[in-house]
Amino acid sequence: MNRLETEFCGIRFQNPVTVASGTFGSGQEFAEYFDISKLGAVTTKGVADQPWSGNPTPRIAETASGMLNAIGLQNPGIETFLERDLPFLQDAGARVIVNVCGHSEEEYLNVVRRLNGEAVDLLEINISCPNVQRGGLSFGTDPREVESITKKIKDEATQPILMKLSPNVTDITEIAKAAEAGGADGLSLINTLLGMKIDTRTRRFALANRTGGLSGPAIHPIAVRMVYETAKAVKLPILGMGGISDAESAIEMILAGATMVAVGTANFSDPTAAVEIIAGIEHYLEENQLDHIRDLVGAVEAL
Amino acid sequence: MNGRSYAKIIEQDRLCEGIFRLRLAFSDTDSIRPGQFFNLYLDDGRHLLPRPISVCEAEGGVLTLVYRVVGFGTEAISKMLPGESLWILGPLGNGYSLDWLKEDSSVLAVGGGLGIPPMLFLTHALAKQGISVGTVLGFRDEGFLLPEFEEAAPSLYLSSDSGRIGEKGTVIDLLETHHLKPDVIFSCGPLPMLRALKDFAAARQIRLFVSLEERMACGIGACLACVCSTTELDDHSRVHNRRVCKDGPVFDAEEVAL
Repeated sequence: MNRLETEFCGIRFQNPVTVASGTFGSGQEFAEYFDISKLGAVTTKGVADQPWSGNPTPRIAETASGMLNAIGLQNPGIETFLERDLPFLQDAGARVIVNVCGHSEEEYLNVVRRLNGEAVDLLEINISCPNVQRGGLSFGTDPREVESITKKIKDEATQPILMKLSPNVTDITEIAKAAEAGGADGLSLINTLLGMKIDTRTRRFALANRTGGLSGPAIHPIAVRMVYETAKAVKLPILGMGGISDAESAIEMILAGATMVAVGTANFSDPTAAVEIIAGIEHYLEENQLDHIRDLVGAVEAL
Repeated sequence: MNGRSYAKIIEQDRLCEGIFRLRLAFSDTDSIRPGQFFNLYLDDGRHLLPRPISVCEAEGGVLTLVYRVVGFGTEAISKMLPGESLWILGPLGNGYSLDWLKEDSSVLAVGGGLGIPPMLFLTHALAKQGISVGTVLGFRDEGFLLPEFEEAAPSLYLSSDSGRIGEKGTVIDLLETHHLKPDVIFSCGPLPMLRALKDFAAARQIRLFVSLEERMACGIGACLACVCSTTELDDHSRVHNRRVCKDGPVFDAEEVAL
């Protein structure tokens, strides 16, 4: 029996571990280091309806136990994705979650329609990128907008949809409820927290974009709290992420209420981090004589 | 499958103010090409991103990396002692392509500042291939690796901004003073130097290759942090952004906007 097998949004994955969008490309680069079919799924870099150039450099900066990024969703667009990246993922035997981005409702829908009937397990809709001017975050912070765009995407998608939520809001559960009301199949959280770094030596911004999204272990406690609150507030299954860097931080997220988890920034610290986390979760189950990972979902208890 | 390796420090020494040389045990030195780099990881839970360091020498199971202390990470690495180990990943990037050179090609290796160390490996590799190579180095003030270059380089030209090492001036001054007109220049150094070299090479129909630096996260081509502007559409995103870590760090100067 596979103790890690996970049902999520009605789909079976061999384990609950995927990667966070934008930290793993479409898998090609990591396939040089490990067999990417060992992941629960590969979550792709955001795909738009056309190629996007992204932001000027420098696009990243290291911070205490974290990093800021303002890549700006550089991506080759849906046509190249379908022609090159999706076949690669299929040949590699990987399950696929496609992250969809756009500047406008129409752009999101263009991508979703092009993915109709394609061999993709789930769509993760990025309504929470802090690094693009229009779209992204602006969709993700207003409950009415979230409900409306969720409904429109749900109407057109042939795969289950996850709405990826921003932590840059006063109450994430309001946004989560709006996505649920719009018909989302699941939620993905958290995206990065908006941050800034200033180089005291040069007295300039560390990023060309001035602000960037904070990720890494620094944000893990915030992510755990938000996953916990959201799991209490809605019935939807959650893909939890934010600073997962080892099996312990992954299990913490599951105990808070995530059914699946995504490894993000840790992929930059070690290209094999995600598979090591899968092995670590397996080891934790064994050590604690637990029958199945599903028994841990939301299983945190009061002191 | 492959991944990071835990490399033992054989030796570490300070070459001059702020510049250190790290020698690591690495079994597969034969697979490394000049211009490639390694990621060094601190694994301290606080500094998450690797430090990309170019290869200065790679031979007989010894990997030599020369780096400048610029912040916490490199400072922590500079304090490590022989016998200690650290996690590394590499070789990464494409390095200088030398296969296409003809035996009678005249080649210059031009390095400035922290672009000097990889020129040692390159000079060795070109000489080994039987190609006539001149090595042109521009220091800021203090010299480093001079005995190594004197031994490796059949012809060596030195300059420094302060005049302390070689002729006072830049590598461009050296090229002009000595009327150096090679077929090909391989270079690594600060952006102003690369820009000046690009003008120099373009005016004389010299083929120029530049090794670029950009702030990196993953170092393996996934995160798209370290892009440079290119004249043609790139293969990855079909925009005009090639990845310094994966598609470079060495590029034909004609294909990148500096």
